[in-house]
Amino acid sequence: MAQMIGGVGVSHIPALVPYQDQGREEEGEYAPFFEGAQPVRDWVRENRPDTAIVIYNDHGLSFFLDAMPTFALGAAPGYVCGDEGWGARPLPPVPGHQDLSWHIIDTLIEDEFDPTICQELELDHGASMPVRLLWKPEPDWNIKIVPVAVNVIQHPIPKAKRCHDLGKAIRRAVDSFPGDEKVMMLGTGGLSHQLSGERAGFNNPEFDQSFMDRLANDPEALTRLTSGDIMREAGAEGVEVVMWLTMRGALDENVNELYRNYYSPVSVTASGLQLLVNA
Amino acid sequence: MFEKDYDDIPGTYVYDGRMAMKGYVLNKMFMSFIDPANRERFEADERAYMKEYRLSDEQCQAVMDRDLLRILQLGGNVYYVWKIAAIAKWNMRMVCANQAGMEYEDFLENRLGLEPAGD
Repeated sequence: MAQMIGGVGVSHIPALVPYQDQGREEEGEYAPFFEGAQPVRDWVRENRPDTAIVIYNDHGLSFFLDAMPTFALGAAPGYVCGDEGWGARPLPPVPGHQDLSWHIIDTLIEDEFDPTICQELELDHGASMPVRLLWKPEPDWNIKIVPVAVNVIQHPIPKAKRCHDLGKAIRRAVDSFPGDEKVMMLGTGGLSHQLSGERAGFNNPEFDQSFMDRLANDPEALTRLTSGDIMREAGAEGVEVVMWLTMRGALDENVNELYRNYYSPVSVTASGLQLLVNA
Repeated sequence: MFEKDYDDIPGTYVYDGRMAMKGYVLNKMFMSFIDPANRERFEADERAYMKEYRLSDEQCQAVMDRDLLRILQLGGNVYYVWKIAAIAKWNMRMVCANQAGMEYEDFLENRLGLEPAGD
């Protein structure tokens, strides 16, 4: 059966996209963010996952408020990195893994999760920035993805516990997928940031470090937080951390934290990067 | 029924059902900006474009003024609102400084804790 080899939590930040697309990662203010990703890139290169299940939120590219799915799962052969308002990215489509997508969909429905099923889906920076952080199209991406979009942009958003449980259900699907593929989780978004209101620019490093501690060692504690609790501590858009919790749900109860990087602010966002593997 | 545990967070406008009822057309117009042809059409004649989307007079004024805080108060959802910032060629720090009601340099230094020379 397929094997879940680990999970990465990483912020997704549009200000980093031009640095990625213009090959200027080592230049300028955000060089420490990109340098800080090297240990995770090395881990990916050494462990060679076949597929990454990418938990992300759309920022107004593939989904609008006319019909906003709480959970949506991509089942496409590939995913175009689209134009969310700043122009399309100069990246080839990221390959999908349709068999695994449909197996996860089948398993989730059996498990009484009912995701929206997307046979076409364009990726915005929420997914493409983290994927491009860990893989390069050379010209092949050397990774296939299963994108899982979570609504964090229109409240009520799914509860932290529900997101964690979704991760557990995804894990059951991976564990029952025939073959010997290696699968990893990529949870994106966060950490603390607020992009809206008079409090815009708010960050909370104490929350962020404590969140990563609890994510590794006591994720159940995080499942008891309400969206309001998280927004109060992590900023309104900091509520995106529920997608890290989804990633965590797909790992074993006990994990080892192999790496953590924290750099704040990138643009206005406190950026986190955390690598967890099953203990 | 509409009281929420996040209502008392200062300076924060959570986009929920109460905001959705105010801001749908506004956000629909912002969403249209993912098409570059629409961005061009908007820039050529903002008022006419907003009329097509049936924005209220107040919403039109807030968009013309690039007053992002007012846009939020009138039902804008920040995940769509920033598409107008992309047209205005504002980065996210400018977006946030605008809403915080702070001068850019002041925002960098006193909100983000940066030296004023940041990008």
